[in-house]
Amino acid sequence: MESYAQFAWLIPLFPLIAFLVLLAAGRQWKEAGAYVGIVATLASFIVALLVFVERLGDGAENYTWNGLEWLKLGDYSLAMGYEINNLNALMLLVVSLVSLLVNLYSKGYMQGDERISVFFSYVALFTFAMLGVVMSENILQLYIFWELVGLGSFLLIGFWYFKPEAKAAAKKAFVMTRIGDVGLFLGILLLFWHMPGHALDFTSIHNAFAEGKISGGTATWIALLIFVGAVGKSGQFPLHTWLPDAMEGPTPISALIHAATMVAAGVYLVARTFDIFQASPAALDTVAYIGGFTAIFAATIGVAQNDIKRVLAYSTVSQLGYMMLALGVSATISAGMFHLFTHAFFKALLFLAAGSVIHAVHTQDIQQMGGLSAKMKITTWTFAIGALALSGIPPFSGFWSKDAILSEAYNSGHYGLFAVGLIAAFFTAFYMSRLFFLVFTGKPRGEHHAHAHESPAVMTVPLVILAVLAVVAGFVMTPFNGWFGDWLTGHAAEEHGSGLVMLLSTVVGLLGIGLGYVMYVKGSFSPETIPNGAPWLHQLVYRKYYIDELYAAVIVKPVKAIGNVLTLFDRYVVDGVVRLCAGVVQSLGRVGTRMQSGQVQTYGLVMLLGLVVLMLAFVGRRFWNVW
Amino acid sequence: MTDTILPYLTLGAILFCIGLYSALTKKNAVIVLLSIELMLNAVNLNLVAFSKFGVVPSLQGQIFSLFNITVAASEVAVGIAILIALYRNRGTSNVDDMNELRK
Repeated sequence: MESYAQFAWLIPLFPLIAFLVLLAAGRQWKEAGAYVGIVATLASFIVALLVFVERLGDGAENYTWNGLEWLKLGDYSLAMGYEINNLNALMLLVVSLVSLLVNLYSKGYMQGDERISVFFSYVALFTFAMLGVVMSENILQLYIFWELVGLGSFLLIGFWYFKPEAKAAAKKAFVMTRIGDVGLFLGILLLFWHMPGHALDFTSIHNAFAEGKISGGTATWIALLIFVGAVGKSGQFPLHTWLPDAMEGPTPISALIHAATMVAAGVYLVARTFDIFQASPAALDTVAYIGGFTAIFAATIGVAQNDIKRVLAYSTVSQLGYMMLALGVSATISAGMFHLFTHAFFKALLFLAAGSVIHAVHTQDIQQMGGLSAKMKITTWTFAIGALALSGIPPFSGFWSKDAILSEAYNSGHYGLFAVGLIAAFFTAFYMSRLFFLVFTGKPRGEHHAHAHESPAVMTVPLVILAVLAVVAGFVMTPFNGWFGDWLTGHAAEEHGSGLVMLLSTVVGLLGIGLGYVMYVKGSFSPETIPNGAPWLHQLVYRKYYIDELYAAVIVKPVKAIGNVLTLFDRYVVDGVVRLCAGVVQSLGRVGTRMQSGQVQTYGLVMLLGLVVLMLAFVGRRFWNVW
Repeated sequence: MTDTILPYLTLGAILFCIGLYSALTKKNAVIVLLSIELMLNAVNLNLVAFSKFGVVPSLQGQIFSLFNITVAASEVAVGIAILIALYRNRGTSNVDDMNELRK
């Protein structure tokens, strides 16, 4: 049967071609590079949409193609290929759509940048890598693309490499995620070791774990090691510190990283290998508690930040924590993936809107903004929609997905995590309202306001599209209509919409917004109260719980100290030996030149002496009898 | 005393040592050349002595010394010619100044 899934390999191919073309064309293309990027991702999006629509139909078979034999070792062979099922058809759609909108938006945002075509080539590579991760048919292939994603993020975060902060952030992102990658790689090795027939494709993994061929401690280890990889990529505690620093990259990249590509890869990985996690309750609990802790931890940091992008970055960390929490507490991946799906839209929206603001006022400090709503109507409205969706206010998409997570936590009896989720939701609503009110309402602060203006259409159109999606995306899975979850997991889940949970999460969201309103609009409760009343608390949160300082003191400094010692060793011992060798040979040579005086008589004397020595030795051996 | 090899060899050794010493120490190239001749003659003396008093006395040693004398004569001719050419070029016959090999 002909199906679109057979042509799914085209989806990552377009961005790859775009990347290669832009690479070959070099910098001369300038603005034309943008069109290459846009056309490529548009083509990917169209194919992804066709594949997705086809999968909506009943009884669509999972399509697997693994005809490319990659490794053959004796009897063992490892194929490469791709697989299309409901989960990755959804991811393909989200990734290609967000990438398309980001490409479109970047055309406006990056206008006039010297290296704009380089930028678009990196974006194409990044998109290609993420699509590869999503489509991979076996876990080793996924790992290859996973590393490519890491490379893409490194290039893009450090795109403005002339800024030292951007350089440092790119390095940090690369090193931090690498720690996670090592875990993932060890997990793959362990999996390879224990899998029947050493199969690494997802179908075999699914079967092996569903039939209980691998269980107990082994399953826990594999699951935890894979989760380490996900922690690194998805910015979970304790490897989250790279994500806020990654804000040094261009804003559209932040949107891409935070919504669709990089950080979603971690959640996707856990969802993809969910069978492994299900085989080990301990691993699931770890996922849930790490996720819950990250959710509330990052949400509290977000409250005190003053950089518009950093607030959003911490909210991403927090929302990723939600997704992990959802995967950890529930029996299916539907709640976590649902939140990933809705989050992709409203977080991309928020970042692009923030980019539009930065584009207008040329600062990222929210204390310098204010009163922008008059000048930037579209940005204000779309940002408001994104903020409401993130805060979990009905009927925006974020409400439904957050509600799904909270009711999963509640129904599975994790009341502690449920409470954590609620508190994190409160903080989320609070910092989003703080952000919104400080940026868009009130009196203009700072001198940037005068030249503020609405962004061009190429930037606002993606905002509007994403805003519409942020509103409606939630309706695919509501407590009254579990279509999304059924479709994704392939079997109907029991309906357990809980009115209490819905009510609580709405109330908490409204409370957060209300507090923000009281503090930053009415001014009846001064925002200065807490910093003045308990400066240590404010400092603690403002400095992100001193995690960076802690890492610097505990890991970076000792490693640097070891490095310094080793440098000394290298300089004085290793180099010393080398220099000694060179010196000995050199002085030997000097003695040699001294002897070659050109004086024939000296030569003759030396020869005579040599002859005498030889003769003495020859004669002498008779007496000493040494030979 | 006349039928032992010892005095011949002693004289040869003395001649050789004198020749060697002056070949290594004298500064004038002509003297050095002369000293080399002295050493050659010591060798010739030995050859003749061995041909008479050696373990297997034969005429070969004497013939060989004749050859030696011939070769030495031509060698001196060439050597002197070189020395004269050198003297014309560099205006010296001092062997210490002849360190061209060094360069």
